[in-house]
Amino acid sequence: MKRMKSYSLVLGASFVSVLFVVMLISLVYTPHPPNEMNIRERLQAPSVRHWLGTDNFGRDILSRVMVGSQTAFEVGAVSVAIGLLGGFLVGTLAGYMGKWVDELLMRATDALLAFPGILLALLLVSISKPSLFQTMLAIGILSIPSFARVIRSGVLQHKEADYVKAARGLGAGHANLIFVQIAPNIASSVVTTAALSFSTAVLIEAALSYLGLGVQPPDPSWGRMLNEAQSYLAKAPWFTLAPGLLITLTVLGFNLLGDGIRDLRDKKS
Amino acid sequence: MPPSEPLVELNGITKSYAKPVSLFKRQTLRAVDGVSLSVRQGETLGLVGESGCGKSTTGQIAARLLAPSGGKLLYRGEDVTGAGAGALRRALRRRIQYVFQDPFTSLNPRFPIGRLLGEPLKINRLCGRKERQLRVGEMLETIGLDASYAKRYPHELSGGQRQRIGIARALILNPEFVVLDEPVSALDVSVQAQILNLLKKLQREFSLTYLFISHDLNVIHYMSDKVAVMYLGKIVETADVDSLYSRPLHPYTQALISFVPADDLRAKREKIILKGDLPNPLAIPAGCPFQTRCAHVHERCLSAAPSLKEASPGHSVSCHLYA
Amino acid sequence: MQMREAAAIATEASLLDIRNLQIRLRRTRGAGLSVLDGVSLTVERGETIGIVGESGCGKSVLSLSILGLLPSAMRIGGGEIWYEGRHPLHTMTDRDIRAFRGKEIAMIFQDPMSSLNHGLTIGYQITETLRLHLGYSRKEARERAVWLLRKVGLPRPESLLREYPHQLSGGMRQRVMIAIAVSCNPGLLIADEPTTALDVTIQAQILDLMRQIREEDGTSILLISHDFGIIADMCDRVLVMYAGQIVESGTVDDLFERPLHPYTAGLLRSIPTPAKKNSPLYSIEGHVPALHERGAGCRFASRCAHATERCRTEQPELVAYRGGHAARCFLAEAEGGNRHAAV
Repeated sequence: MKRMKSYSLVLGASFVSVLFVVMLISLVYTPHPPNEMNIRERLQAPSVRHWLGTDNFGRDILSRVMVGSQTAFEVGAVSVAIGLLGGFLVGTLAGYMGKWVDELLMRATDALLAFPGILLALLLVSISKPSLFQTMLAIGILSIPSFARVIRSGVLQHKEADYVKAARGLGAGHANLIFVQIAPNIASSVVTTAALSFSTAVLIEAALSYLGLGVQPPDPSWGRMLNEAQSYLAKAPWFTLAPGLLITLTVLGFNLLGDGIRDLRDKKS
Repeated sequence: MPPSEPLVELNGITKSYAKPVSLFKRQTLRAVDGVSLSVRQGETLGLVGESGCGKSTTGQIAARLLAPSGGKLLYRGEDVTGAGAGALRRALRRRIQYVFQDPFTSLNPRFPIGRLLGEPLKINRLCGRKERQLRVGEMLETIGLDASYAKRYPHELSGGQRQRIGIARALILNPEFVVLDEPVSALDVSVQAQILNLLKKLQREFSLTYLFISHDLNVIHYMSDKVAVMYLGKIVETADVDSLYSRPLHPYTQALISFVPADDLRAKREKIILKGDLPNPLAIPAGCPFQTRCAHVHERCLSAAPSLKEASPGHSVSCHLYA
Repeated sequence: MQMREAAAIATEASLLDIRNLQIRLRRTRGAGLSVLDGVSLTVERGETIGIVGESGCGKSVLSLSILGLLPSAMRIGGGEIWYEGRHPLHTMTDRDIRAFRGKEIAMIFQDPMSSLNHGLTIGYQITETLRLHLGYSRKEARERAVWLLRKVGLPRPESLLREYPHQLSGGMRQRVMIAIAVSCNPGLLIADEPTTALDVTIQAQILDLMRQIREEDGTSILLISHDFGIIADMCDRVLVMYAGQIVESGTVDDLFERPLHPYTAGLLRSIPTPAKKNSPLYSIEGHVPALHERGAGCRFASRCAHATERCRTEQPELVAYRGGHAARCFLAEAEGGNRHAAV
């Protein structure tokens, strides 16, 4: 049992770092231009020229998958940021002020949580034209409840702690208590939630794009690639394999990272 | 010679909490029920009682960490009970300080010691960074810790060292009145002695007035000039320390004092063992709260609650036996 | 009482005999740091032995090791633990020791709230032990549980059986713990700081109860505490522990009248009593050495005003003097155990 715990952090961190590096590289270099079509070379199996083969338009799958990682990271980062900000606001207000404010905010959060994520994303996205921004906004809003809960629980727990009372006794105001005293103590649980939300974000984005409602062409997305690859599953299995594998690895990586951080925190305490 | 006007006065302080018992019913928990105390400058008032008697709550009200439900708090004769915002509140914050019982939970685990000690100065915007560092260094020296401790974290320190930091933090603002809530209860006997010596030394050096809360009668005797005994939210007896320990009047005090060892720890004392348990604080019986355990209970105790009356100069007791 | 006396006549062995016990921290490499170093003690039938010491001295670890309840980070590194002269507890597997836990040897802990199961009724927790060890039927166990609760002075025992720990006060919970502990009539009761978490007036009641049980059933008690007052009240013989070793042992009178070890003398002097009011309290310089700070010499040397060069380099042995009063100190050796320790 002990051994497994340390693997989470190491594995997770490695996956994530590798993906991150690949993403950075893709910003300046891909083996082939990702959008360059070449009908003559369509649906080729993986070869020396095309490490992951070509898709139905002859585009290099490796390059497309690399650029697709940009979308994944972008969506992940922005939606986590939105979730974190919104969750911080809601969680801190609810936890700190308590009583009816807490009740109101938490019931609203529960309502949000009760919606199946995909449906809500679909709803938000179909209100206006689907785009990258809409996707990020929708997923961000969806992740507010997780952050809100974690932060609220941390604030509630530490609000009554002696050291907070001590700071209050020294004259500290609310802002100081929240940002200076309590915040460092809930930081690690927030980081864990962020890692897990990131992976959820990647997954939801892939699903939305698969359905055609997320990122629109020509912006690349793993999810849409999966959609495109579907029809060729028998003929060109590598076409589905590439984006599918990457989605899986990214989600797994961030989950392991989140778990690893949480175990680290638990061990410390 | 302390001046005759008290520095801090509590008049009829009450603190009640509403506990929801079922969906519509609520019960009132009277943590503190009509407590009146006074402490003169330079003096140490010991507040003794067992768990649930309300002494910690009283201490926090006296230190203005908690607002009372009723009654008045007077500082240097001025009513500061409701002191809301502004200059008065800030000034009071600096003059009245509080030391917590548990030195571990009262220090922010994420801050190094230097920062913890400097925090009061920073929050009150009293001086710039350089001067803060200077004052922190001085304070560490005063409590007997090396300057290198400023970089360490609370979990790296022993219980005794942490408690010194807790005390130092309270004193760095140069307060006049310090409420100490069980400051040595969590410590071993040998460390306890060090801390008590330190507290007495600081009291002399800085002309401090203490409200010393404890359940340990030995420690109370050592530290206090006057003592007040609490039971279920009420004061049952007050006297100067020698009178209380040599001639306790209230049956509860008598029981407590019977456990205080004579100087020879082995001496077989005639211990008064009270029967029964503390009654549920949510359902305190009418009449005297001590009736369930008192060996001298009679009819009047069940119907009428006694009040604090002077039995001899400087020695008051709340008991029908002396009414 | 009769049963115990008969047993005492039958065998000469002590009830509990701990010889040279060593407890180490588990480490992947090497022997690991030792928490307890060569601790020996005996408990005879009907005796009450006190172990006194401050935090970190190892007294709780000692008590846990008897019933094999050490945390997984620690293990027995050497020495023996014998019960009734014929049961080697130190070599037993968990399965075998289980037959002793709660039956021959029972333990009560400091915090009754965490030692009782919040989710089970009092009745269940008492009868569980009875049915497990003595094979009682449900009805028999229930009757005995009521009898036990009454024995420990709890009111309305029948209705108490149905209640949960959180509904009881601290003192009542500790009584329940004692009831569970004595339910199978153990020969040895190990009490680890049984009254520390309780108020003074309740403390007195619990100690009184323990005395009553001792008289009625002839149970031996191993009492661990940091409070000298309680030890003086309850115990026949006392052992003083410091940094994983026994530094002094003897009767209560021995220790209080003529402490041989400077640590014992220092501790006794630090206790605030009414007479000491107007002068600074004596306090022992320095601090207890951490596990890795323990050097080759006497572990108290860094804090002892009379430490010599020998004290700092050589480890003193526990030497017994007149009347079984023993101390681990070169200065005591030099005096032949005749003068009591100066501080």
